[in-house]
Parts: sequence; structure tokens; C-alpha cells
Amino acid sequence: VIDNKAFCFSWAVDNFDRYVTPLLQHLVLVSVSVVCGFVIAMVLAVVSYRRGWLVPPVTWATGLLYTVPSIAFFTLLLPVTGRGTDTAIIALTAYTLQIIYRNIITGLVNVPADAKDAGRGMGMTERQLLWRVEMPLALPEIVAGLRIATVSTVAIATLAVFAGAGGLGSELLTDISFKTNIIICGGLAMAMAIVLDVSLLLIQRWLTPWRSRRLANEERTRRWFALRSPVGAS
Amino acid sequence: MISIPLAFLGAFGGAIDFIFHSREAATGGIQVGGLDQVWELMREHIWVSFLALAVAISIAMPVALYLGHRGKGEMFAIALGNAGRAVPELALIAFAGAFLGFGVINLTAALMVVGIPPILTNTFVAIRQVDQSTVAAARGMGMTEGEVLTRIELPLAAAGIIGGVRTAALNIIATATIAPLAGVLTLGDFIISRNVYGDEGVLAGAILVAALALTVELLLGLLQRALTPEGVRLQRAAASA
Repeated sequence: VIDNKAFCFSWAVDNFDRYVTPLLQHLVLVSVSVVCGFVIAMVLAVVSYRRGWLVPPVTWATGLLYTVPSIAFFTLLLPVTGRGTDTAIIALTAYTLQIIYRNIITGLVNVPADAKDAGRGMGMTERQLLWRVEMPLALPEIVAGLRIATVSTVAIATLAVFAGAGGLGSELLTDISFKTNIIICGGLAMAMAIVLDVSLLLIQRWLTPWRSRRLANEERTRRWFALRSPVGAS
Repeated sequence: MISIPLAFLGAFGGAIDFIFHSREAATGGIQVGGLDQVWELMREHIWVSFLALAVAISIAMPVALYLGHRGKGEMFAIALGNAGRAVPELALIAFAGAFLGFGVINLTAALMVVGIPPILTNTFVAIRQVDQSTVAAARGMGMTEGEVLTRIELPLAAAGIIGGVRTAALNIIATATIAPLAGVLTLGDFIISRNVYGDEGVLAGAILVAALALTVELLLGLLQRALTPEGVRLQRAAASA
């Protein structure tokens, strides 16, 4: 007889094997969706950034996709794309667009005008300026968007079971009243979110070596005081 | 007559038919679908969502207003917002059903978990972003701290605050869709009990949930616009021109 009072540790140890496949499925759903979302959002951002009038409609459209509740999105796609991983990935990708796109644009807009002027002064073309000055300087903001998108996708992907795509949600649904099962599935999903979040943060640190920790700390202190100073020096 | 245009829509036509006309359940015996049942589940969906949102607002808003006004607890407010996104909805509802038990009260408690973080974070940030020289001017005019909060900070931060409520409302409505797993029959029942309602019922549920979310988004968007002070709107228009 299995104890359903709270968390049954011995059952968890004996049955951990059954969670390996759903965990890997979940990881595939999340990584493929975030990568696809990043590529699409990047294309949208590059196309719309220089044409300012395109930004509001793209923001609006990606926001609209984000408004549809995920479980409804998964099931609305079923008659069109059928049950399975593809359907789940389409819906999850659509969800990442708003956050990633918004952060790429914010990052680009916040690039200091001095840096752009310096690039132009060196004779850079608009394209060189975008890829060698603006994108690298926007990187922290872009990775911040990727981190938010990844963490929410890990959580939303538990509902991919309603698109017939497996993942941790499907293992959770097989026995939804068994407490140990709920805790393991929920715990694995949250652990995956944390691990991916920290990995992306480390990748960002590695990609932006010019933002040394000392500089980042100085900036944090500056912001801290800016938020608290009685009269803003804006 | 009506079946000809509906046939063009394929599966979606069947789903729309499911919404308007009841039929025998796939499991036999009972009648399912039709406006009566749609209305019943819709009402429950709106009711639990409203309840959860109201409780979430009444807990998160005072805390965020206090912290924002005092400029305290920035780490807490931001970290809570980030942590809220990592909560898997399915596990949350399953947890509520198995550990707290079935019913509207326990469901409300679970829905608050997805409602409180966006309200708290957005309210905090909106209050902090109010121009500090405006706040200083208000203090200089002799306003009390309470007046500064209610007559200066609150109106200037209104749009941002409603933005947080909007996110919370959408999170709650989305999560309430799987509430049948915790024993509360919302529109999600059409989606979850596929063996009873069939594929057309599942699709009908998805259409109804999406429509509900988009309607709420639209209404709160209008409220957001209405609550933005005229001065702020003019300032923004001038800035973007």
C-alpha cells in the first residue's frame, strides 16, 4: 500500500525511472520553442526596429497571441495541426514571442547615443552598427527576455499534455490524486526552470565580458540610489 | 439550413454548433453542450476568477503601495514576480485538489498564487516610476504622506497598476480553465473531459475560454486608458510626436 498522506520518499526513489522520459520530452519542448521564438522575434525586431511605425503593430500582435490561455491555444490548434509535439511547439513558440521581441526592442532603444555616434564616426554602415554595436550592447536586455520566456515556457509546457505532446504534465495527469507524483512533477518543472534560468545568466556573463562584475555592481548601486533619491536628477 | 456554412468551417463549425445546440454525450445518456450548459460553466468560470482576482488585489495591492511609497523591498517585489512565472499551473491545481481538497475556497487560494505576483510587482514598479520631483513638490506643498500616495502617486501610476491587474486576471482565467481537476466545473471541463464532450466539445471549450480572456483583456485595456490622467496622456502624445 502506498502512503498518500504527504510525500512518500521510498516510492519516489523506487519509481524515479518513470520520470526520465517525460523530463526529457519537457526539455525538448522548452528548448525547441524558445530557440524558434528567439529566431522569429529576432527577425521581427531587425525588420521593425529601423521602421519605427512597425513596432506598435508587431507588439500588439504578439501580445494578442500571449492573451489566449495556453490550454485553449493547444486545443484550438488540434484540428489544424493534429495531436502531438509539433502542435505544442507552435503554441509555446507563439507564447515566447511577446517577451523576447519586447526585450530586444527595449535593449536596442536603450543603447547609448554616444556609442552609436562613435560607431558612425568610425565609418560603420547601418548594418555594421546594428550587429557590432547595438546588438552586443543590447545583449543583457535580450538575455533577460530569454530568461523570462524560458521560465514561463517550462511552466506552460506542463499543459502540453492537452496537445498530446507528453512532458511532465502527462506524467502528472496519469495519477493526479497521488501527492508524491504531484510533488515530483511540480518540483522537476520548477527545478528545470531554475537550472535553465541560471544557465542563461552564466551564458550572458560569458558573452558580455566588458560588463565586469565590478561595473555591474556599480550600475546596480547607481540604480539603487536613483530609485531612492528624494529629487530625481533626470 | 445552418449546417451548410458550418460544414465549411470543418471541426470549428462542429464546435460552434456544440455551443448553441445540446447533444447526447459521447458516453451516452445525458445531454451536453448548448447555451444552457455553456452559460452555467461560464458563470462558474467568471465567478471563481473574479473571487480570486478580488482576493489577490486586496492582499497584494496594499503591500505593494506601502513598499512602493516607502521605496522598500525592491528585491522582494521583483523576485516574487519572477518566481510567480515559474509556477506550473497544472501542478498548482493538482496540488490544491490533492492537498487542500476540492471546492471553490481551496481553488481560490491556488489561483491567488498566479494572481498576486504580477499585481505586487507591477504596482510596486509603477509607484516607484512616478517622477520623484513631482512627489517632492507635493510634499513641499504640505501634503501628508497619505495625500502624496492617493493624490499624486496613485493617479500617475494608475496605468501601470491596471497593467498588473490585467496580467493577473489573464493568469487566473487561464489557470481556472483546469479547475475541473480540483473539482470546480469551469469552461475547462469541455476541454478536460474529452470522453464526455467529444472533440467538438473540446474545441468549443477552447473557443469560449479564448473569447473570455480576450474580452477581459479588452475591458481592462479600456479601463487602463480611462484611468490614465489627461495630463499624462498629453505628455506621452507630445513625447511620441
